[in-house]
Amino acid sequence: MKGNKVIELKGISKSFDGERVLDGIDLDIYDNEFLTLLGPSGCGKTTTLRIIGGFETPDSGDIFFDGKRINDVPANKRHINTVFQKYALFPHLNVYENIAFGLRVKKVPDDEISVRVKEMLDMVNLRGFERRRVTTLSGGQQQRVAIARSLINKPRVLLLDEPLGALDLKLRKDMQNELKNMQKQTGITFIYVTHDQEEALSMSDTVVVMNAGTIMQIGTPLKIYNEPVNAYVADFIGESNILDGVFIDDCRVRFAGHIFDCVDRGFGKNTPVDVVVRPEDVEVMPPSEGMLKGHVTSSTFKGMYNEIIVDVGGFKWMIQTPKQVAVDSDIGMSVDPDNIQVMKKSEYSGMFGDYSSYSDELEMLSENKEEESE
Amino acid sequence: MKRTFLQRCAAAPHLVWCALFIIAPLFFVAYYAFTDSSGAFSTENIQRFFTAEYLSILLNSVCLALIATVVCLIIAYPLAYIISRMGDKGQRMMMLLIMIPLWMNFLITTYSWMTILQDTGIINSILSFFGLGTLNMINTPGAIVVGMVFCYLPYMVLPIYSVMAGIDKSLLEASRDLGCGTLGQLTGVIMPMSVSGVVSGITMVFVPSISTFYISQKLGGGKIQLIGDSIESQFISYNNYHFGAALSLVLMILILISTAIMNYFTDEDEKGREKRDTQRRALK
Repeated sequence: MKGNKVIELKGISKSFDGERVLDGIDLDIYDNEFLTLLGPSGCGKTTTLRIIGGFETPDSGDIFFDGKRINDVPANKRHINTVFQKYALFPHLNVYENIAFGLRVKKVPDDEISVRVKEMLDMVNLRGFERRRVTTLSGGQQQRVAIARSLINKPRVLLLDEPLGALDLKLRKDMQNELKNMQKQTGITFIYVTHDQEEALSMSDTVVVMNAGTIMQIGTPLKIYNEPVNAYVADFIGESNILDGVFIDDCRVRFAGHIFDCVDRGFGKNTPVDVVVRPEDVEVMPPSEGMLKGHVTSSTFKGMYNEIIVDVGGFKWMIQTPKQVAVDSDIGMSVDPDNIQVMKKSEYSGMFGDYSSYSDELEMLSENKEEESE
Repeated sequence: MKRTFLQRCAAAPHLVWCALFIIAPLFFVAYYAFTDSSGAFSTENIQRFFTAEYLSILLNSVCLALIATVVCLIIAYPLAYIISRMGDKGQRMMMLLIMIPLWMNFLITTYSWMTILQDTGIINSILSFFGLGTLNMINTPGAIVVGMVFCYLPYMVLPIYSVMAGIDKSLLEASRDLGCGTLGQLTGVIMPMSVSGVVSGITMVFVPSISTFYISQKLGGGKIQLIGDSIESQFISYNNYHFGAALSLVLMILILISTAIMNYFTDEDEKGREKRDTQRRALK
C-alpha cells in the first residue's frame, strides 16, 4: 500500500556542544505520506527535520533521497521545501513576490510565474492579497503565504516545523484540515513536526513518537493510540492509566488485585508487565457489579463527559464517563478485554500513568511552561 | 500619550541644553550671515558664496566627499557582510578593531597619515629600499581621500553591519530553501534588506567629509582648498565672522536638502508600510 521510499535516514546522530540531540535515528519516509514527528520540546524532532532540509549535517549516519546519499547536498539543491516555524517571510517583498521567490531564483519566465502564483493564491484562499505587504498580514495569512511560497516549487517533500504553533485554537483546527486537504490534493510528502499529540493523531498517516533523541514508536495514529509500545508513548499520546501488572498467561493479566481477560499473547507466563487502560475505556457501574471497586475523589465536568479521579487500592485512576458520579461515593468499574493494552516493562515503567497528584490547575501550569520554553 | 508634570521636568535639562548649544548658535550663524560689519541687514555675504571662486571650492568639496563616500561604501559593504557572517567571538573582535581608530583624535591619525604618505615617509622608504623609486602621494587629492576614508570608514561599517546582523537567520535559511546560492542570497535578501544601513552610512560619511577642514590642509598641503577650510580661514585668519557664517549657513542648507532628497527616495516605501500598519492597528 505504501509507495516508494523518498527519504531514508540511517543511523543519524547529532550533537550540539557535546550534548547528544539525536541518537541513531532510522526512519523511512514514503511518497505521498503525511508523516508527523511528535515529541516534547528538546526531543530532537526539529533537528531531524533540519537534517532532512539540509540546514544541519549529521555527525554520523546517512540520509538518502530517492536512494541517493545526500549528506553533502546543500539545502538549495534539494527537492525539498520548508515552512518555517515563524514563517520567515521576506519583509521587503509583497505577497506576490514572496510566493514567486523560488521561481524567480530558477529564472522561470514572468508569464508562467504569474499563472502559478495565481494558482497558489487560490489554493491558500488569498486571492486579492498580491500587492499586500507581508508585515500587514495576520498570523494565519502569513502562514498561508509561507505554505504557498513552498508549494509553488512543487517539491517532492514539504517540511513543516510546528507551523500552527503561533495560531489560536480555532484557526489551528481550520488550518489542520486545510493542510491535510492540500497534502491529498498535491500528493506531496509532508513531514510535520509538532508537540501536540491531538494534531499529530488527526492529521497524519504515520506518527513517529520521539523522546530524548531516539524514536520510541512508528505507526499509524490508531496503532500508536491503541497499542503504545511503552509507558512513555502511552502517556504522551493522550491520557492513560498505566498500572503495574503480571502477565499470567496468554489473554490473562492481573493488575489492581484482579485477574482480567485481555487479547495480548506471548509475554511469557508470570512476567511483570505494564498495563494501559485509557480513561474513556473504563465503564462505571454500581459498586456491587464492577470488577473493581473505587472511591471517587474528584469530578470535573468537561462538556461531553465527566472526568473523575478514582482511588482503587491507593492507585488513582482517571476515568472519563458520561455518567454523573458524586464525589466521595464508591463506584464499580469494568474494562473490556479489547481495551486492555499490555506492554513490556521499560525504563519508563512507573514514571507515568498515576493520577494521584493530578489536578486541572497543575496541568495548565505545566502546559504554559512548555509554551514559554519554546 | 499624556505626560505627567514630573516627566516634563525630566526633559527640562535636555531642552535647556538644546536651546543653549544648538538653537542659539544656529541663530547666531543666521544673524551673522545676514548682517554686515556695521550690524545692518545684508545679503552680500550670501551672494558672495555664489561667485566662481567659492563655487569651485564647493565643487571640489562635493567631488572629494563623494569619492570618499563611494570608496567607504566599496570597502565597508563587503566588510560588514563578512563580519555579520562570523561567529559571535569574531564579530566582537572585528567590531573592536573597527572602533579603535575612533578612540584616537583625528588630528593624530591625520598626522600619522602624513608620515606614512610623505615623500620621505614610510611607504616611500620601503619602495626606495627595494629600488622601486618614490611616489608622490602627499599633497594630492588622493591623499585627502585616503585621510577622509580612514577617518570616516567606521561610520559606514557600523550602520551596515548592524542592519545585516539584524537580518533574521531564518530568512537566510528560507532563501537557501527556495534555491538561492550564496550570490542569490546576497542579491535577493541581504542587499535589499540592508538599504537602510547603506543610506545612514552614506549620510554619516558624506556630511562630515564635505565639511572637513583639517585633513585637506595636512594631506592636501593647502593646494586644494575645501569649503571647510574656507570657513575656518574666514573665522581664524580673516576674522570675517559674517562671511564665515554665510558659508556655513549655505553649506548647512545644501546638506539638509541633499539628505532630504535621499531620505525621500529610500524611506518612501517604509513610511507607506508604517502608515498602513498604524491604520490597521487603529481599525482593530
